[in-house]
Amino acid sequence: MASVPEPISKEQVAHVARLARLSLTEEELELYTGQLASVLAHAADIEALDIADVPPTAHPFPLSNVLREDEPAPCLQRDEVLAEAPEVESGRFRIPRILSEAP
Amino acid sequence: MTVAGWETVVGLEVHCELRTRTKLFCGCPNSFGDEPNTNVCPVCLGLPGSLPVLNRRAVEFALRIGAALNCRTQRSVFHRKNYFYPDMPKDYQISQYDVPINVGGWLELPSGKRIGIVRAHIEEDTGKTTHVGGGGRIHEAGYSLVDYNRAGVPLVEIVSAPDMRSPEEAREYVEELRGALVATGASDGKMEEGSLRVDCNVSVRPAGSSELGTRCEIKNLNSLRSLGRAIAYEAERQSRALEEGRQVAQETRHWDESAGVTFSMRSKEEAFDYRYFPEPDLVTLDPPAEWLAEARANLGTLPVERRRRVAEAARVPTSGEVVATVVRLGLDSYVEEASFAGADAGLALRRLANEVAGELDGGAFRLGGAEFARLVLMEQNGELTSAQARTVLKVMVREGGQPEEVAAKLGFQAMGAGALQEVVDQVVAANPKEWERYAAGDDKLAGFFIGKVKAATGGNADLRAASELLRQRRAGKAAAGS
Amino acid sequence: MRVREEGPADLSGATGLSAQEIAARVRGGELSALGVIEEHLARIERWEPSVHAFNLVMADEARERAAAIDALVEGGADPGPLAGVPVALKDLLCTRGAPTTCSSRILEGWRPPYDATVVKRLASAGAVIVGKTNMDEFAMGSSTEHSATGPTRNPHDLGRVPGGSSGGSAAAVAAGFAPLALGSDTGGSVRQPAALCGVVGVKPTYGLVSRYGLIAFASSLDQVGPFARSVADAAAALDAISGHDPADSTSLPGPHESAASRLGRGVDGLRVGVIAELAGAEGIAPDVARALEGAAEALSSAGAKVEEISVPSVTYGLSAYYMIAPAEASSNLARYDGVRYGLRMPGQDVTEMYMATRSAGFGPEVKRRVMLGTYALSAGYYEAFYGKAQKVRTLIIRDFEQAYRTFDVLLSPTAPTTAFALGAKTADPLTMYMNDVCTIPSNLAGHPAISVPFGTGDDGLPVGAQVLAPALGEPLMFQVAEVLEQAAKGQAK
Repeated sequence: MASVPEPISKEQVAHVARLARLSLTEEELELYTGQLASVLAHAADIEALDIADVPPTAHPFPLSNVLREDEPAPCLQRDEVLAEAPEVESGRFRIPRILSEAP
Repeated sequence: MTVAGWETVVGLEVHCELRTRTKLFCGCPNSFGDEPNTNVCPVCLGLPGSLPVLNRRAVEFALRIGAALNCRTQRSVFHRKNYFYPDMPKDYQISQYDVPINVGGWLELPSGKRIGIVRAHIEEDTGKTTHVGGGGRIHEAGYSLVDYNRAGVPLVEIVSAPDMRSPEEAREYVEELRGALVATGASDGKMEEGSLRVDCNVSVRPAGSSELGTRCEIKNLNSLRSLGRAIAYEAERQSRALEEGRQVAQETRHWDESAGVTFSMRSKEEAFDYRYFPEPDLVTLDPPAEWLAEARANLGTLPVERRRRVAEAARVPTSGEVVATVVRLGLDSYVEEASFAGADAGLALRRLANEVAGELDGGAFRLGGAEFARLVLMEQNGELTSAQARTVLKVMVREGGQPEEVAAKLGFQAMGAGALQEVVDQVVAANPKEWERYAAGDDKLAGFFIGKVKAATGGNADLRAASELLRQRRAGKAAAGS
Repeated sequence: MRVREEGPADLSGATGLSAQEIAARVRGGELSALGVIEEHLARIERWEPSVHAFNLVMADEARERAAAIDALVEGGADPGPLAGVPVALKDLLCTRGAPTTCSSRILEGWRPPYDATVVKRLASAGAVIVGKTNMDEFAMGSSTEHSATGPTRNPHDLGRVPGGSSGGSAAAVAAGFAPLALGSDTGGSVRQPAALCGVVGVKPTYGLVSRYGLIAFASSLDQVGPFARSVADAAAALDAISGHDPADSTSLPGPHESAASRLGRGVDGLRVGVIAELAGAEGIAPDVARALEGAAEALSSAGAKVEEISVPSVTYGLSAYYMIAPAEASSNLARYDGVRYGLRMPGQDVTEMYMATRSAGFGPEVKRRVMLGTYALSAGYYEAFYGKAQKVRTLIIRDFEQAYRTFDVLLSPTAPTTAFALGAKTADPLTMYMNDVCTIPSNLAGHPAISVPFGTGDDGLPVGAQVLAPALGEPLMFQVAEVLEQAAKGQAK
């Protein structure tokens, strides 16, 4: 059965902000928590629906097997790519140091 | 290795780059070693507005891999795996999650043991980051540089069940898997170029237990040797901790090759929440029966099949060391060729395992298949003794050439049957007392006579043939009553 | 003060012509494309400072292109069905070498190295791009007030919003800056501003128009759609841009009937269902409700069988949309991280850089939706939010399928009210989201829908009527829309 989740808390908003790589001031955290809570509260109407057996729709139309041939296509010129880059060094994108390993 | 009383449990995740011409979702070349950021386009750079389109050949290869691993292939979808990292152009990776293309297979090791394959799914590779400043390691670096040539290269991730029980078994698995992947044509198997990457999951449990312990993921294994050493280290570390009443934390650890240890990488709060959801820019992948049939028809000859053929030809068990070694080293074609030429496959197999395998050290290797087959026949027919044959073989491995010529150069004359008979007659005539006793049934004297024949021929006689002649003479004498 | 206080009839000269008229005359050599462009550029120069429809006016490029079109005509070649027609593009369509910013600080000045497929198709048809239009940042909004470049104003009343998120494109067409514009519609972002600005706006069947080069907001909902001042022009524009694109995996395989193929047939005998839950929805202003009744009557008088129909699940559309769209958006917008292009703010390490860049680069509405979407997808909440919303989508599709067994097309208001004042709805996000209640269901179902100006509100501002059709039902949809348009013109006299 559907259960109505608790209203979203400041801690939860702070957590999703971190996940989304957004930093919020204390004021923003307060403001957004209230706003998100009201949007989520409105979604209570679908929370209440008992539709466990209804299959989800990821795509409006069931296309399948859209493929392309393994044939090379023209690449971008490197200088066009790097022209828009904030910082470049030896043909690569330069970024500040990374503190963690990739998953 | 583990403290006594503990069992090591290992599962492996192997990422295999596919040998397609182009990337998974765009037409950029799938090529190693080019100038940075020259094989990129809006799609693999994840530029705003770009969209992925799936490479047909990558699907073909994924189907072959699934078939080679005895998997069930199913209708599958792509998912987005969301996380931030600079080598990820979109800050999500297009992968497969709960409905992958291949599930539930196994890989048979040379020992005969089957390792379960949980899944083998398709996903895109990331770019490469280089750390500058400091020791070249992430934590000490001043800054980093990113190259997206590799971003979007097609991968199949193969996840095994936690069925391995030792570092050796894990290595065996990787070698066998690599052999299978190369046979299908899907991979070039070059671990050193990163086209095959291994992460392992290690846990320990009390010997005899059937529950799984807490496992650690170990990353940064760049060779089979690292893999073995890391597993051994982890098994020791974990079992010691548990033995001393401490807990094993579930975490990801990094293997340090020079220090020979694993160390913890990830801060605890950084447990990744990938927020998987179905990729809205791609549609369902639903391989029809024809594609599966084609994949099965294009598997190449898998190592397990090659072992079977060699074992059958030589009439030895499939899961023997000798068979495994010969196939692993790619020498089985020699057995087949010898067998085809009418030579004794078992003898051929032994010679390869004992005399040739040890010579594959990267030096010159010039042994020809037909030539090897003739050499085996020469030994079989008594034209060369075993000792002679082995010597000739070693020369042929390094320098090539025809066995007849090499033997002649070494002075190993093929002692004709007539010449041997003469020597045997002489030896018998010179030792009548011993002959009487042998002829009367004292088999111990066979060795005496063989020794005489050997001395008389300077070691060039086929001693087996000689003892056969002795026996025949004794039998003939008996028949003739002389 | 209104831009068009002189009235539509005073769109003099070329700026008063329809796209099809321009194309016919340019192809025929009667009009020069350059002359057409110059007249439009002059109008833009005069009124753009008041309206702010554009982030970028591409005057030089337009002149160059127009001259090239004229040269083709002089050389005896046919530049295409939209020869010389000025078109404005919503600033989330990639235009190679010209800034494409999504009205966001995070993409300020970014020049794509490629053209969107629809941009290429317009060029092949002979159209002339006149500029990139203002929008709600990353297409998130219903008023074009959430723009880093400032709001666009409604040409009918400069104190009012043009609607959103494609407000700039709608205003450009309404103000006579171009006879055609492209926008994008994810939850109503073409149709709603079309209604508020008194122009025609179309959301095609999902997959009919390529999304390659359309900067993504919510991938399973986004579609590029045209604005025009007539139904026929909108159909012509749609025909020019639609069709299978191998670069977009979600693109429907062709070929398709021309959207214009059933124009002129009238509605005699067609069955039209007025969606009860939308026509009578809370929040639908009385003047809008009256206008819709007028539209229903007009169709009835023209020979259609018009009845009310219940499509129950549409009432859940808003909630489902505000789970699905932000979820997909949170993932689509992750790439704006300062590494490869766009804004970069400094940071001691890359994570700090990400946070500083995205916090400075995104406006509050974008942040809200990114956080909402991240939450909806996060561990433990997926099934309750995103998962459930995808099931509601199935219910809506089923209800529509059911409705189309008895009706050929459906009818509803487009927007709940006429254009509201700038700043009137920005305090509470939910109030703003309510603007999409009538338009969202078509996006969730992947079905086409069109807004046609029909009548005015009590304040004299435009009202739109929405015609909905089943998947690939564009020809039928335009057929019915044309009748409404004719009726509306008849009433306006």
